[in-house]
Amino acid sequence: MSAPAGTAGSGFSLRDWGSSLFWTLAESVTAILLAVVVGGIGITLFSGFLPNNHPAFDVGLPFAAYGALWSGAVGSINGIGSTLSYATPLALAGLGVGLGFKAGLFNIGGRGQFLMGSVGAMAVVTVMGPSQNGLITVPLALIVGGLFGAFAGFIPGALKATSGAHEVVTTIMLNYIFVFATYWAISGPLRLPNSPQAITADASAWGAALPTIHIPEVDILGLHLFGADVLGRDAHYGILLAVLALPVIWFLLFRTTLGFEIRAAGANSDAARYAGMKTKQLVVLTMSMAGGLCGLAGATTLLGVVHQMAPGYDTTIGFDAITVALVGRSNPVGIGLAALLFGGMRAGAQTMQISPGVPGELVDALQMFILLFLVINILRRWMAKRPTGGSALTTGAEVAPLAAEVSK
Amino acid sequence: MSGIPDALNAIPVLGIVFQLVGYLLANLDSISNTTVAIAVPITLAALCGVLCERSGVVNIGLEGIMLTAAFVGWFAAAAAAGAIGTGTPSPFFGATLPLIIGVAAAVVAGMLVSLLHAWLSISLRVDQIISGTIINIGAAGITGYMYSLISAQSLVGAGQFEKYVVPQGVVDLPIVGWLINAVLSQGPVGLLTIAIVIFLQVMLFRSRWGLRTRASGEHPRAAETVGIDVIWLRYRNVVASGALAALGGVWLSMEQTGNFNAGMTQGRGFIGLAAMIVGRWTPLGAFGAALLFASVGGFSQSLTISHPTGNLGDLINLVPGEFWEALPYIITIVVLAGFIGRSIAPAADGVPYERESAS
Repeated sequence: MSAPAGTAGSGFSLRDWGSSLFWTLAESVTAILLAVVVGGIGITLFSGFLPNNHPAFDVGLPFAAYGALWSGAVGSINGIGSTLSYATPLALAGLGVGLGFKAGLFNIGGRGQFLMGSVGAMAVVTVMGPSQNGLITVPLALIVGGLFGAFAGFIPGALKATSGAHEVVTTIMLNYIFVFATYWAISGPLRLPNSPQAITADASAWGAALPTIHIPEVDILGLHLFGADVLGRDAHYGILLAVLALPVIWFLLFRTTLGFEIRAAGANSDAARYAGMKTKQLVVLTMSMAGGLCGLAGATTLLGVVHQMAPGYDTTIGFDAITVALVGRSNPVGIGLAALLFGGMRAGAQTMQISPGVPGELVDALQMFILLFLVINILRRWMAKRPTGGSALTTGAEVAPLAAEVSK
Repeated sequence: MSGIPDALNAIPVLGIVFQLVGYLLANLDSISNTTVAIAVPITLAALCGVLCERSGVVNIGLEGIMLTAAFVGWFAAAAAAGAIGTGTPSPFFGATLPLIIGVAAAVVAGMLVSLLHAWLSISLRVDQIISGTIINIGAAGITGYMYSLISAQSLVGAGQFEKYVVPQGVVDLPIVGWLINAVLSQGPVGLLTIAIVIFLQVMLFRSRWGLRTRASGEHPRAAETVGIDVIWLRYRNVVASGALAALGGVWLSMEQTGNFNAGMTQGRGFIGLAAMIVGRWTPLGAFGAALLFASVGGFSQSLTISHPTGNLGDLINLVPGEFWEALPYIITIVVLAGFIGRSIAPAADGVPYERESAS
């Protein structure tokens, strides 16, 4: 293969930077559009399976479905609130996965870390009892949730640093361990006293919920521009946490020594070690921070949306966050945008599922196609060459060889 | 008659062990049967992983391949049954034409998904973890989408394969009867799995293909210099391995049960990955690890059916049921971390191969 035709050694110039940003955006938009087209073809192909003898090969159905998706996500103030609510854990966990990517670590443990975050937050709520001051317990629950998540991230980090066990495998295994730990917690220590079934306390009934943001209905010139359909989730103040975390992580990555070391270790671990960086500590620290962010996603979802844990409490955030981090190119700005995109799709899916009746799993399929077209890198293949070198979809860890666990 | 066992059971600490042995012996039939059954899909997923990773391609998309195959097989069988009727079950495991069509469709689907993984990870040299993630997300999304649509249609499946019934005379054999019964009283996929394990173990370590596979997983450049087409070999292995994971899917939706449910693989692909690691990337080892993991499942299932009494029962009550379910994953982490015997991956596992000669 030919070497990447890039501007190697020519130094930084604003023009290159601008054009590389343009190409990154163009690639993402192309991938999303292509995924939407393929999804539309899929909807049309299987429209005959919809209830009420829906006509087969209905070409209009994709338009109806995407229209509903759009209006459910951004068509009303409440829809926007729901989008933000869905985007919050995606942004937090996406940052968690993206931070790992920057350090060359592939954190598949988002699911377990999210669950531990929820368990940590619920533990605080349970300990504080039925009548508690939300102003004290909610921040405390968020912190403890974040710490629980950080611990869940610390384990694979420490395992990698001490024994070289690859984090991809350990986080996958830990996901299941934490799933069962969560079930045990719900039926054991977190169980509501005197409850006939295994269920935790209701955080909102005990005064420990993240308050809902009430959005007034807006009528402009007598038109109900923003309908009051309250499908999906209510907006809650946990959104602020994501809004805060994005610039904080950006600052950490690009304006601090630690961030530089993380990125250096991700770009070339050996070089970073030779330069005197403590790469093992960096691995442990980065995985802990990543786990903490995913834990916060779990804590905000519990305190802001779900309020209560019952058996089967689980999340798809693990893989969703990987998608968000990849589409956002592990950059906090990109992750924020990607979280809004996928949060909007999750919010709109509810409307879509009701009105034209297209199943909400479409969103997962779209996620897969977006990722697929991103890695295939259609645009670059069409244009034959690209102004700057490098792979379109970098995880930071270009290759994550399991073999790394051998070379100690 | 029961004086000696009672006396043994009453010994402190050691008595618990005797009670455990007694409990296991009393429930041997049910535990061993469940164990073998649980082990089948895990083994098939693990074998798929062994085949991929021995040639140097990491595959965490096992779960997605299984799920896709489980759906496609079930759906194709149901559609075929709707078109041509179920027909009378043949004496051969109760196989019907729709079921056979379903198996064929599932295997083809599994191989196609694997082909996607092979193309992404071998030709495009995409990060193989990302490629596997794409497959897992896509399989869950697309089968979930189809299942949501179809579940509203009340589509009837094409039934399921029957188990081989071991003659009573054999089951009643002393000492080995229960073992023969546990191993043989399975459907076609279950029985085939045992044959595949032995076949792959021999092939991987005793055949030219096996040597070449291991060579391209350990040192692809060296393999290429002695004339092995590493790219082509990896392609063949990854695509062929898809058929194995697909059989795991067939077992789920057409042998163990006769229907499909969204997300019915329930992490079996990932346990398969664990079994592959604990089994040190060998077919026989993977099978052993799958049996070990499954025996934990068999034991915990047996606990819910007939809970032991006495001290043993009290002791087991102290252990939450979730612990047994988490145990396979804990074992895997312990093995990975090298606390008990280290498990080492093929050296070039997960490293995309780039030819030097190509311009």
